[in-house]
Amino acid sequence: MTTEVTTEYPHHRKLLKCSFEQIEDCFDDYMKDALRNLTNDGVEKYLAGASQVCMIGRGWEPVSIYLEEMPQMVHRLGDEAILEIVSTHVWDMSRSPNGKAIPPFMQCLPEACRRLGTLEQMQHFFAILFSMLETTTTSVHGHHKTHSSQGFPVLLEKIPYLLSQLSLEGLKNWIEYGVRNYHNHPERQKDYFAIQSADSKAMLQRERHGTLYMDHERQLDMYMRSMWQTEEYFVPYSLGFDELRKPQPYYDELGMRIPDVYDDLNEVSGINRYRMTIAHMAAHKRWTTRQVADNLSPFQRIAVEAFEDSRVEQLILREYPGLRKYFCALHPVPIEGSCDSEKESCVRHRLAMFSRAILDSNHGYQNPDILEYVEKFWDALKDGAESNTKEMLNLAISFTARTRRQNDLAPKVRFENTEVDYRDDNRHMWVFIEEADEPEDDTSEPQSKETIEPEGLPPRHYHEWDYNSTSYKPDWVTLYESLHAPGNPADIDKILEKHSALANYLKRILDLLKPQHYVRQRYQEEGSELDLDVAIRSIIDFKSGAQPDPRINMSHRHDGRDFAVLLLMDLSASLDEIPEGCTQSILELSQEAVTLLGWSIEQLGDKFAIAGFHSDTRHNVRYHHLKGFSEHWDDSVKARLANIEAGFSTRMGAAVRHASHYLEGQKADKKLLLILTDGEPADIDVTDDKLLIMDTHKAVEELSAKGIYTHCISLDKKADDYIQDIFGSNGYTVIDHVDKLPEKLPMLFAALTS
Amino acid sequence: MTDIDISQYKITEEPYYEAQGNEIKLYEAAYDARMPVMVKGPTGCGKSRFIEHMAYKLGKPLITVACNEDMTASDLVGRYLLDANGTRWLDGPLTTAARIGAICYLDEIVEARQDTTVVIHPLTDHRRTLPLDKKGELIAAHPDFQLVISYNPGYQSMMKDLKQSTKQRFTGLDFGYPDTKVEAAIVAKEASIDEETSAKLVKVAHAARHLKGHGLDEGISTRLLVYAATLMNKGIEAKEACHMALVTPITDDKDIRDTLMHSIDSIFA
Repeated sequence: MTTEVTTEYPHHRKLLKCSFEQIEDCFDDYMKDALRNLTNDGVEKYLAGASQVCMIGRGWEPVSIYLEEMPQMVHRLGDEAILEIVSTHVWDMSRSPNGKAIPPFMQCLPEACRRLGTLEQMQHFFAILFSMLETTTTSVHGHHKTHSSQGFPVLLEKIPYLLSQLSLEGLKNWIEYGVRNYHNHPERQKDYFAIQSADSKAMLQRERHGTLYMDHERQLDMYMRSMWQTEEYFVPYSLGFDELRKPQPYYDELGMRIPDVYDDLNEVSGINRYRMTIAHMAAHKRWTTRQVADNLSPFQRIAVEAFEDSRVEQLILREYPGLRKYFCALHPVPIEGSCDSEKESCVRHRLAMFSRAILDSNHGYQNPDILEYVEKFWDALKDGAESNTKEMLNLAISFTARTRRQNDLAPKVRFENTEVDYRDDNRHMWVFIEEADEPEDDTSEPQSKETIEPEGLPPRHYHEWDYNSTSYKPDWVTLYESLHAPGNPADIDKILEKHSALANYLKRILDLLKPQHYVRQRYQEEGSELDLDVAIRSIIDFKSGAQPDPRINMSHRHDGRDFAVLLLMDLSASLDEIPEGCTQSILELSQEAVTLLGWSIEQLGDKFAIAGFHSDTRHNVRYHHLKGFSEHWDDSVKARLANIEAGFSTRMGAAVRHASHYLEGQKADKKLLLILTDGEPADIDVTDDKLLIMDTHKAVEELSAKGIYTHCISLDKKADDYIQDIFGSNGYTVIDHVDKLPEKLPMLFAALTS
Repeated sequence: MTDIDISQYKITEEPYYEAQGNEIKLYEAAYDARMPVMVKGPTGCGKSRFIEHMAYKLGKPLITVACNEDMTASDLVGRYLLDANGTRWLDGPLTTAARIGAICYLDEIVEARQDTTVVIHPLTDHRRTLPLDKKGELIAAHPDFQLVISYNPGYQSMMKDLKQSTKQRFTGLDFGYPDTKVEAAIVAKEASIDEETSAKLVKVAHAARHLKGHGLDEGISTRLLVYAATLMNKGIEAKEACHMALVTPITDDKDIRDTLMHSIDSIFA
């Protein structure tokens, strides 16, 4: 480095303390760029920063990126502070176990800078990145960070894509979610930040900017129904993951394919872009007839498609003139003469001009062919005529013949300003008579018939509350429901026999509970008794010359019980235990208790269902139906109850949410969810004890918002520690003597519902 | 009882009514035989207007009773009132109509309690009598008397339906919203606006009517269209008038409101 320096900027070269050989070849170019974009002070900072990056000893690559990109970044951000910020971050990283992440960090900077645009935004961005780095770098002995962050390099690689999809706020949420859930699981962390895992994609989708299809599904259905009088099945496709070929909307027998998200474009809101897209397809459905494609060349076909698109749009505008402003805003404006037919194929350009000219009468195009065909087009639609696809086909073919140029077949086709974003790909327009060589489009085959119907009902997904972040984890828990397998109903009858004395006692109590409540109905013209209050008021009215109210009687009516009750039994493994001082397991005692309760409720005639649940991680929560609301206390119910078994864990929140789904469907004045459990909510994939407790608490709150009252009967002597947190101060009963459960449960029910 | 002023029940000016089909002929035939008639149809489609029109056409007095849940049989038939000298009998609207030979129109009959509706039974079959059991009188209906009820099957629930024994005493006329053209003409005439604008209003109504059962309990009625048109006639801009008269009253659902506002926006360019 000492003598062979052949640089135009020896002074600057001395400031750069770096001895990589590669530097000598390109130093002058870097300096030119730097001097153009930076102040003198800035150049010094730039070189100091580069020296620092050089000193970390991570090879040439980070240095070269720094030297090459920083001047441009400064130019873009308009602030030289970024020079120091970047070099300091790089230096800090090199002092941590995360040195490997420096090259990808440097690589993602230019793109981040381009997307974010201001220093302030960049600083937010760094803050997000480094707080993620901080939390995911784990330490073993507490003093030093010793293990590098697994997710960080993967995340850096995805930054350009993430920034194209998310706002900074969204990025922050997405990263925080990953950190929160996977900070101690390196492999899953990697999957998450590489956007490989399902919840990573789901979170990404949720944080996307723009108008999401899933948030507006109902509105689009309504739009179709109200303005097009059809019912369409929409299939969203993702724009996010298909980079090779940009998918276009289309429709076939299986439904309309539309993007999963639309950003606002040219001041047309995302929801209106959806409406325009489906309006265009609905118009094709209404007015387009299929044409034979075999005799047409590809050019002729795209011309026919353009003409037909214009025709259906005009027919839409006849009906809904207010849509013109959206169509005009979304349709590209090809500039006449911008396509040189000597050098490239202008087929698309010409058609886009034609289509624009139809849509916008102030197009100002001069091309005589286009003007002539616009004229012909309007002739075809004159005086309210609808014309038809065939006529458009003929018009388009003659247009193609007239405007044909030598270079139309050129491989280079001008696409700029020719893509009409709301139009579909028109695959529905064509019918091919001759079988093509390529295999048939698989959509036409009814493949779905071959798939085997899965046994039982499809799984349901429930969200779960995370108290750490005070947010729901979307579709976190998978719940499978099934009808419980039957056992021997005689076992249940035996239980009833065994408790016949108790049953008799219960029966006496239940007789008292049966509807005999009187409710007074006042203001009756005819009734069983005189309502003195009203009668006196009437006399006063009468004496004072006013019109007396004749409804001075009252009558009584019975107040019927109108309860819907669902008993949710915890069937986790701990039920197999035999508690101290008992001869039976908790499961057997629960079974006896539920038997007596079921029998008593049948006497009362309330709507009553029984279900059991247990869980084996969040991927497998089992919900067993033991008795449905419409079933009577008969042998099939008894058989199912006789066969209950204990196993697995207690993920209560999802089961409670599912139970509420059934209770909601019941028509009753009062709805009650009774939960019979022997312990706190817990599952083997959850390490934080409080998480499922808080989730269950949230589920109980959700229920109470829906007007469902929840009451827990806990057999856990230690329940006092947590149960109030879940069910509130009045929402639970702890039964200390488990062996008394069979008599306590029906009594408790009676007390709750009287 | 004889001092009832019949003329107050007479309709003096011809109510505007645009026939949707041959309902006028059918009604005339039913009246000729003094057959009880029920008119069914969604709210605001012109049921009451039709009855008024027919009463005018036939030159008969019309007594309208709006039914409600608290209505008792005595509200229809009549009751004893206390008086300085004792008691006095006051005829209810049904009794009055039966005495003077009016058309008695019970609007939204399903709203009345079922024990109330049964008092009309003896008037609606061959007997054509009305027993006033409290008073101990049996009124034979006037030869011109006819009973008409109206009823909206739209919000029919299990609770609110007529008993079979009541239903089967009536002949029925079904009313729907008029055809596009007829409806546009009605709106234009009622609110004195041009037919082009009224046709657009009708289009908006059609868009909303397709949402019935998908979030809307009832579509936009002709009456609301007339309201919107009247507002426009008073110089209110079309979109605002539609928002006030057609969207705000019928729903609070944001998605539906957005959809309706979009359709208004695309129809009124």
